[in-house]
Formats: sequence, C-alpha cells, structure tokens
Amino acid sequence: MSSAPFYQTGTFAVGNRLLGPGEASVQSDPGRSNAITKGHRACQGCGEALGARCALDAALAATGGRVIAANATGCLEVFSTPFPESSWRLPWIHSLFGNAPAVATGIAAALRAQGRTDVRVVGQGGDGGTLDIGLGCLSGMFERGDDVLYICYDNEAYMNTGVQRSAATPPAARTATTEPVGGHPGNAFGQGKNLPLIAMAHEIPYVATATVAELRDLEHKVTRAMDFRGPRYIHVLVPCPLGWGSEPAKTIEIARLAKETGLFPVFEAEEGCVVASSPIRRLRPVEDYLRLQRRYAHLFGDDGRPDVIARLQRLANRNIERFGLLAQAGEDSGGDGRRDLLETLAASERGPQ
Amino acid sequence: MASQVEGSLAVARTVACCRPQVICAYPITPQTHIVEGLSRMVAAGELAPCEFVNVESEFAAMSVAIGASATGSRAYTATASQGLLYMAEALFNAAGLGLPIVMTVANRAIGAPINIWNDHSDAMALRDCGWVQLYATSNQEAADMHVQAFRLAEQCSLPVMVCMDGFVLTHAVEPLELPRRQEVDAYLPPFEPRQMLDPSDPVTIGALVGPEAFTEVRYLAHAKQMEALDAIPVLAGEFESSFGRPSGGLLGRYRCEDAETVVVALGSVFGTLEEAIDERRARDERIGAIAVKTFRPFPLEELRAGLAGARRVVVLERAFSVGRGGIVSGDVHAAVAGSEIAIHTVVAGLGGRAITRASLHALLDDLEEGRLAELEFLDLRRDVVERELQRGREQGRPGPHAENILRELGIVAAGPV
Repeated sequence: MSSAPFYQTGTFAVGNRLLGPGEASVQSDPGRSNAITKGHRACQGCGEALGARCALDAALAATGGRVIAANATGCLEVFSTPFPESSWRLPWIHSLFGNAPAVATGIAAALRAQGRTDVRVVGQGGDGGTLDIGLGCLSGMFERGDDVLYICYDNEAYMNTGVQRSAATPPAARTATTEPVGGHPGNAFGQGKNLPLIAMAHEIPYVATATVAELRDLEHKVTRAMDFRGPRYIHVLVPCPLGWGSEPAKTIEIARLAKETGLFPVFEAEEGCVVASSPIRRLRPVEDYLRLQRRYAHLFGDDGRPDVIARLQRLANRNIERFGLLAQAGEDSGGDGRRDLLETLAASERGPQ
Repeated sequence: MASQVEGSLAVARTVACCRPQVICAYPITPQTHIVEGLSRMVAAGELAPCEFVNVESEFAAMSVAIGASATGSRAYTATASQGLLYMAEALFNAAGLGLPIVMTVANRAIGAPINIWNDHSDAMALRDCGWVQLYATSNQEAADMHVQAFRLAEQCSLPVMVCMDGFVLTHAVEPLELPRRQEVDAYLPPFEPRQMLDPSDPVTIGALVGPEAFTEVRYLAHAKQMEALDAIPVLAGEFESSFGRPSGGLLGRYRCEDAETVVVALGSVFGTLEEAIDERRARDERIGAIAVKTFRPFPLEELRAGLAGARRVVVLERAFSVGRGGIVSGDVHAAVAGSEIAIHTVVAGLGGRAITRASLHALLDDLEEGRLAELEFLDLRRDVVERELQRGREQGRPGPHAENILRELGIVAAGPV
C-alpha cells in the first residue's frame, strides 16, 4: 500500500481517484468479476458478504478469472444459493459444514491430474466451519501442501444457527450459549483458537489477516496469496450486525476499531514467520470497540464489569506488543498521543481484575 | 491366465486398469492392502496421470473424492467399518450430488466392542445413503465388480460401493483372472461428467433446496437407482461377453431349480453355502441358494421370481437391526409379500465368527425338523448370554458385558468354544 498520508474519508484509505489504473483497487474496476452478484440474502451490513466478494474478485482478477470455490455450510452458503437462484458467478461447490478444505483438495488434485494448473482453488467458510468442525480437514490440507487458498470469514460465532459460541468467540461476548447470567461475563476467558497462528505453525507459504475495514489491504493479500503455490490461509474479520448487536451502518467502523484497539492484529506471515503487520494509526481503548456492540452491553452501565473490560484491554495490549502494532506506526505518522494512551491503557490493566 | 493373487491386490490392480485420476486413502483394517497396492502403482507412474492423496480421515477421503469428482475426474477410495461410518455424512452428500465415485468397502464389524473382523454391519448401516451397494461373493467377482462399478456409476451418475468381506476375501490368496487394461478400456469409456466445476462454464453445485423442491430431488435419487436396477444386468451381460466370464449382476442362483428351501445370503459365505447345498442335494433334498449381489437398489421382482417355487426361505445375514432383527429379510418379506412362503432370519458370522458347513448343516437340520424360529443367531452361546443377563439382574454394577463374557468363556480369541 502507498504510504502517502492521505486522510480524506476518516478511513485512511487512499482514494482510487488518486491512483493510476495499475494501483486502483479491483473493486473500482468496472470490469470486476462481481463474484457474488446482487440479489443474495445477506443481512444489511453483513461483513461476510462484503469480504467474500472482495476476496474472490481479487482472486479472480489475479488469475484471469480461473478460480473454483469450495464453500463450507454457513451464512455465506445459505444466503448466496437459495436455489434456483445463485449469486455465484464463478464455479462453486458446497458439500458439507466441515469438509470445505478437503473438497478444495479434491478439486486441486483433479486439476493437477487433468493438467489444468492455470485454474486455482479457493476454499472458504466461516469461523465455525473453519476453526471448529473443519479444523481437521484444514490442518490436513495445510500439512499435505495442497495448492489451495483457504479464506476464513470470521464473525466470531455460529451466526447461521442463531449466534452460538464458536472457538473464535472472544472472551466476555454474549452469545445464545454464553449468556451473561449469574455473574458470568459472557464467554469465558480462555485461550480460544488463534487460527492464523495455528496456520503459521504448519509453516505454510502464506498466512494473512485482514478486516473488511481495509478492503484494499484484503485485495492486496488475496492477490499476494495467488503468487504462491501450496496452502495459503487468510483470516478476515467480518462484523455481523445480527450476532454482534451492532448497527448495520457501523460494520466498517467496528471492523476498523477491532484493528485500531489491537484486539484484531492485522499481519502477514510467510513460511511461519511474521513478515509485516499493519500499524495501528490511532490507538483506541477497547471500550470504544465494545460499546458499539450489544454483545458486550452487560459490561457497561450500573452493573458493568470494568474488571472484565480491563482484562480485554490486556488482551489487546498483548497483541500490540506481540505483533509490534505501534512500533512501526511511531515512525511514519507521529503525534496523537498514542504512547500516552498506551500507558493509560496499561495502567488500566492494573486496575480491578 | 489365472495368477495367484491376494484379493486386495486383485482389486488394486483392477482399479488401476480403470484409470482413476484421483485416489484418496486413509488406512483402516482390513482395507489397507488395496490402497497400499495403488499407492505403489501411482508412485511408479503406472497410473499417470493420477493423484494419490493421503488424507487425515475417512471423512476427508470422501470429501476429497467429492471435490475431484465434481471437477470431472474419476475418483476412487476404499474403507471399512468405523471408517465408513466416519464418512457417513459425506456419503449422503456424494449421493445427493450424483457424483459417480467408486469405493471398495472391506466389510468389517462396528464397535463397541471393537472388532476388526468381518461382518456386514458397516455397509448395512449405510444402506440408505443413496449409494449403489454391490456384494461380491468371491475375489474374482470383487475384482470384476469394480470394472462394472465405474461404468454403472458414470452411466447413472451415482456413487457405487463394492462390498467385499474383510479378511475372508481381502486377505485370501487364490488364482484369479485379472482384467487387462485393453479389455477394460474397451468396456469402460472415459469419464464424461454430467456436471463439472469449470471456470469456462461456471455452475453452482450443492445449493440450498427448500420444501418446494426437496421431495422431487430426493425422488430423482430413487428414480436413478431404479434405472441402475435395469442397467446392472445389462452391464453384467456385456461384461460376460467382453471378458468371457459371468460376474456381478443382481442375483446369483445356485441349484434353485425345483428347490423348496432357498437360502438367501450376501457375500463370501455363498461359497460355503454352495458346498453345503451340494451335500444336501446329494441326499435328495430340494434346496438351493440365492446370492443378493445388488442390495441397493434392491432387485425385488427378480427375487420374487427366484423364490416363486420355494416353500421356505432362510435369510442368512451378517448384520442385524438391533431391536428388530433381520435387515435383508425385511426386503425378502417385501419380495414375497402375499405368498405362503415361510421366512426365517438367521444372523450369522458377526465379528468374524466363522460360518462353517457344520453350522449351516445344523441350521438346515433344525429347519427340516421345524425347530428354527423366525429369528435365530447362528452358534449363539445362549447359556453364556443368560448368565450375563442374570448377573445384570442380581448385581448393582456387574461391569461391561464384553469383558464379563470373555472372562466367562476363558478365552480372548473370537469364535465359539
């Protein structure tokens, strides 16, 4: 991405009108593939629909339109294919909830046997299909070195079945199976599954995280992923207004806050090593992110849980340290008191636990 | 010319002649020798272009086969027992999508108690998953059925399971005629997929179907199996004229002419049954046997015709429906509905217990003398079972059945004492 300090829309996005055709986004191209076309049944403000369209359009642009997609069961599958309608403008198969990576492997194997190596394979699913029920197949696909890009659209719970907890549900979040009752703070604090790191542990060629707040970054990462052969993994944070209890109009803002608080580190890794991380432009306290979502409403108000918020802040701070999310930012865009804020936030950790 | 070969290797060599393009493999006894054989052939380049994928589970094996088949490649895998059940969800899916995958099932019992030996509990548990199920009576037939299976699968756009008895067939070495590649090429045309994932002609496969169309789509699955019912004898006939030996088909009949008693069975026990029948025929008993070689789709009318002259039928089953009894016998009842034929279900050979000629004779003697109940378990140690049931009634925590019975028998090996 350009490092030019454009700041026009409050998004830090570089407007396409300022870029040459070679640098403009795939989405700005009137000839883009439009992999998921209009008429699908996603909710207003669905992060997954947006993320999937941008990711697949970028994959199609990078391969001259030679992509086959294998999809896990989930929202993306259900809202896109109420037959006889289909939103997919690329060859697409849905088999089961837990087998999208293995189906993708089968497609890749068939293409290899047929000598059609120009056609590339994308597997995709939500966090339940990827982190939970599909993890065995995904790990197998990674370990064998199959030529598949797998994209996880992470909205942090089983949204299609009515917002139940998954291994990606963050601590303290309310879901239908982690209700904040009887003093419980919603989902328990635990390790969870950090799938980007699990993918890196397989030492696959390329792993990246992204959010729908920075679609140009997502496009870049998908395009970059198509430069590699072998297993690749991209984990995209996609806010879900229904499951998170957020305003549909705030999907992008919330995704951006996930990154700007440090709760969702955005980075790239090759062969198991982090090679780049996206700096936090303006560090924000996790509270700013949490307050926009009713799944965290029980943490606020008279019976609020400042102790739980402090623990969440500590998780964000740990990400900032671990992925160097502020160190890089400090050099190219100074002076809005980020260091001071970090110290304040660090102090909040020492507050009530 | 016949050569001495193990059943598994015969299947591997035959599958190799069918030019599979994607083979996915996960080890499970007693199927392993088949994919080991194929693995060597793929590594040696004998099957090129063919991809051999070592997967992490049977669920993945069937899923890889689904992806490969949907992309227009001929896909094959093999499994057994727990592995078949582990891929159950994907089996229904492959059938629902109409993908012509061929799979060998080296039939083996299902735990608990865990048991690696032969019966039909695995395939019978999946009889309604939409796959064609063929049961080989011999290793020659097992090998030959695979050639027919690929042709049938691709012609009807249906997945086909070739069931062969674990160990009894898979590990038996005997002289077999193996199909040659040129012969197979003449019989089995290249795979022309009915649907295919291709960027030049994008299609959506596996979409959501609601109540407005689900019944019709499911009915089509049934209709296609009915088409397969017509196709199977035709393909078996063509196989016989191409390869010079009969193999497969819907039913196998042995000395059924004028038979008053007919034993219906599936799989390798048919060989033992033929010998027992020869011995009884020598004593002027009017007895014959029918092998159900195609169990799904079920050849109802052919079986009705085959049993038309019988007065008594024994259905010999290597699996049963717990809480009910026979599985195949339900279909046999349907075939002879309205007739006066008496049907006995005999559950036999569970978990590898040998079905001997002596046991068969004892069973047929009981039948002759009117001592055979409607549902029997061959060679069942009723005394042992009764004592275990008694322990359960008398003791608060009698412990696990399997361990109690082994302790009582004083053995750890299978088989009646």
